Parts: sequence; C-alpha cells; structure tokens
Amino acid sequence: MLQTVPAAAPPLAPTVGAAPLLAVSDLHAAYGQSEVLHGIDLSVAPGEIVALMGRNGMGKTTFMKTLMGIVPTRAGRIRIGETDVTALKTYRRVAAGLAYVPQGRMIFSAMTVQENIETGLTVTGAGKVPGDLYDLFPVLLEMKGRRGGNLSGGQQQQLAIARALASRPKVLLLDEPTEGIQPSIIREMGRTLKKIRDERGLSIVVSEQVLSFALDIADRVLVIENGSIVHEDARADVDEAKVARYLSV
Amino acid sequence: MFGDYSLGDLGSIFVMQGFAGLILFSVYVLMALGLAIIFGQMGVINMAHGEFMILGAYVTYLCSGFFQAHLPGLFPAYFFVAMGLAFLASGALGMLVEWALIRHLYKRPLDTLLATWGLSLILQQAYRSIFGAREVGVELPAWMMGSVQATDTIEIPINGLFVMGVTVLITLAVALLLFASRWGKQVRAVMQNRVMAGAVGIDTDRVDRTTFGIGCGIAGIAGAAFTMIGSTGPTSGQLYIVDTFLIVVFGGAASLLGTIASAFSISQTQSTLEFFLSGSTAKVLTLLGVVAILMLRPQGLFTLKVRR
Repeated sequence: MLQTVPAAAPPLAPTVGAAPLLAVSDLHAAYGQSEVLHGIDLSVAPGEIVALMGRNGMGKTTFMKTLMGIVPTRAGRIRIGETDVTALKTYRRVAAGLAYVPQGRMIFSAMTVQENIETGLTVTGAGKVPGDLYDLFPVLLEMKGRRGGNLSGGQQQQLAIARALASRPKVLLLDEPTEGIQPSIIREMGRTLKKIRDERGLSIVVSEQVLSFALDIADRVLVIENGSIVHEDARADVDEAKVARYLSV
Repeated sequence: MFGDYSLGDLGSIFVMQGFAGLILFSVYVLMALGLAIIFGQMGVINMAHGEFMILGAYVTYLCSGFFQAHLPGLFPAYFFVAMGLAFLASGALGMLVEWALIRHLYKRPLDTLLATWGLSLILQQAYRSIFGAREVGVELPAWMMGSVQATDTIEIPINGLFVMGVTVLITLAVALLLFASRWGKQVRAVMQNRVMAGAVGIDTDRVDRTTFGIGCGIAGIAGAAFTMIGSTGPTSGQLYIVDTFLIVVFGGAASLLGTIASAFSISQTQSTLEFFLSGSTAKVLTLLGVVAILMLRPQGLFTLKVRR
C-alpha cells in the first residue's frame, strides 16, 4: 500500500544542496545529570520534510523540546537560517522562525478556537487571523467561537498546526502528530502538511512512530535511538524492513 | 433575633446593612480581582497582598494631607489623584517584587508563600517605622460626606455609592483588558499553559511582570477605597487577606464572574448577620456556610466546562 504514493516530485521539492534552513550540530541535552541527547547532527534544507522515527523514550520529544528551548541545551549549536538561536529564549526562537506543534497538542482549552490562533500571531504583530489559515483548515472557521477544549482530537490537532503556522515560521516542528487520531484524518493531515510545504516553502521536522505516515510525507527518514541518530535514508531508497526493525519493541 | 423589630424596621435594616455590605463587597472585589489574577496565572499565593492594599491606603492618606496643606482649592478632587497614585505605587512595588523575588521562585508554591509572608512582615514594619504604629484616617472632601435619604428610615452614604461606582468601573476595565485586549489573550494563554505560551511566541516573563504589577496596582486602588470604611494602620491588611483568599477559592480560581459572585455572597452574609449577632458569630456562620458549599463543590462556585 505504501507504493501507491505518486512518484512525481512536488512543485517546491527540497532544494538539495541549498544552505540549510535548520542546522543542528552536536546537540547534547540532559535532564539534570542524566544526558538524553548525545550529540545530534541534522540539517534540513528549505522545503524539505524530515521524519524522525524512534520508539518511546529514545529522545524524539526531548530533541523537539531542546530545539524550542524548553529543555536546556548542554552543548552544541542550533541555527535557523543565519540566526544562531542556541542561547535564545523560547519566544525569541519563535520570532526567529521556529514553530512547534507539541505531542498531545496542548491547545489552550479554555480559549476559543480563534483566540488560540491569535496567540500564535504574537510575534508577527498582526491583529487578525489571516484568511489563508482558515482556507487550510475550513473546520476551524466553522468552530471559531468554540472553546478549544471542546473540539475533537483531530480538530485540536488542526488547531495546533494553525496556531503554529500563524507565526509565519520557516521551520515547523511536529511531535507525534498522528498520536490518538483516526486513520482517515491522518491521511488528510499528510496531504495538508505537504500542501503547506508546497505553498509556503517551509521545512518540516516531524517525529513519528507510524512508518506509513512518515513514508507518506517525508523526503528523508532518520531513526533516533538512545539519543543518537543511528540510521538515515532518503525517501527514495528507504529500507522499510530495516526501519521497521528499529521501531519494533 | 428578629422579634424586637417591626416588619418595616426589618426591611430598612436589611437595605442599609445590605448597602454596608456592598461597600465591603467593593473592597473585597478589588482585592480579590488582583489576587485571582496573580494566583490564577502564576500559581503564586501572595501573602503580602494585604500590604499592597495598605500601601494604597497610605498613599491616599499622604495625598489627602498634601492637598489640604498645599492645594486646598483642588481638595474636592484629590481622591481621584489618590486612586491613580495608589495604583501606580502598588503596581510599581509589585513589579519590583516580582523581579527581585517572585520570579526566582516559580514552580515552588510553598516557597513563594513563605517568601511573600516574609515580605508582608517587612512591609508592615516599614509602614510602622515610616508612618508610626497609630492608625491614621483620611479627610474626605465635603461632597463625599453625608448620605442620601432614600426613605424615612433608609439612609445611603455617598462615599459608599462612590466606592461602588469605582469598583464597577475597575471590574469592567479588568474584564475588558482580560477578554478583549491582546495582553489579556497572552495572560490567559500563559495562565493555561506557561510552556506552550512561550512556544507560540509569547514573552512569558514580561507577561508575568505586568500581570503581577496590575494585580498589585488594583490592590492599591482597593486600599484607597478602604480608607473610607476603616482606619489605616500597619497591620490593617492582615484582616482582609484571609477573607480575600476565601473569596478567590470559593469563587473558583480561574473565573472572574465566580470571584465577583463569591465576594458578593460572603460580604452580604457577613454584613447582614453582623447587625443581629456579634461580629465573630457572624464570621463563624459565614465560614461554616463556605466550608459546607466547598465540600459539595470543591472546584468553587463557577468553573469552565471544557475537556482538559
């Protein structure tokens, strides 16, 4: 079933060889004394979608949180385009072009859908939700007066993505976006993510445990194990069995 | 206890005590608004909130003295200036305290409780050293004195009406600020999920500082209003802090409407019962009522119905 993905490259396919939009070098992070990430290197080209695969507890979420500055960096560098964001606070990284859709979505449940998206506008200074966001997620326009907490899981996921896109990011980080979401919505989300990439030319880093979803959207697949990247493949020549072996318990 | 009064007397008593309760309600609401914002957003239990209020009261006292001595012509309007200055003084002190003390103690609720309690003792002693241990009262301008004679037996004090008007205005302003402004949206986002608020691009440190400042500033205005119903001493704030916490918890910590409803019910019960019983019995009955209701509704009067 995985072979049904069309082979034709999308219009804004990754510009391989161009200066990376996100460049991570030798990144170490730790919770207290216990080091969780042991020197991760990653560079993501403009318009590239990278899937970070790995089992639970291997460091996917910690990697995302370290990129956002929620978990402190112990050593290494993080750059967004020309900007070194390693020492910046979380909100400044957002202003520099990072956006984050966390595991579990973490929308502001007591605020309305519209207010949730508006919180993402903080760094742009805009007052109104741009219409193209509602074009991407028409269901959010329908529900814009509802409290975020009263949406279904799939709708909350869309809201979390819309909120992240509101800050006009260059790099979008998604942490396990398929978790707890029904299969039809997952396919829809894959299409939407590729559409966002094609329209806006941003880079996407998505952490994932579902191999089919990763192969569906990613240009490159990385496998993280015990805080190090142990395997890397371009989409075209992914050894599915090998990656699947990394993911099995 | 009602036996000695005629029906008409009872009616008048209820109206007048009810009105006295409304003034108490106003001070409670102003205190509780600030406390609810600070507690709701930052999870900081600010034991020094009463001292921020008293700072506002002392500022009002200084203003009244200053206008009497130097600007007697403007004396009728001094109260407005005093309220503005009270807000600024308490707000500035609040921001300073947040910067110097509170921000180092986030995620340590017990420590903030002890630290702010210590701060309240320091402030009390500072007031005692600066203004003396004796309680002071402010001179009200003539137009605020006296009362409106509503019927033969019902008199309504003018300063009470004024305090209520101020409270309504400030409550509306806070509601507008929280629910219609960009700052309010950021405050509510930080309130609900601090980490995520940072990750959508909100400068949470700055939001914390302004929120703490505004919460304390409103306490300062409460202090200005307080000068009309009691005399100001170094420890006067202590009498109100427990009641105010009770109001915030009883109302439901995240709800503005709940805070107002709970301030209203507690102050009215207190004030009406006080006329017929002794003050402490009235307090006991009020507390028993609150305890009973909180046992049935531990989340407080008002809560939002959403999935978490």
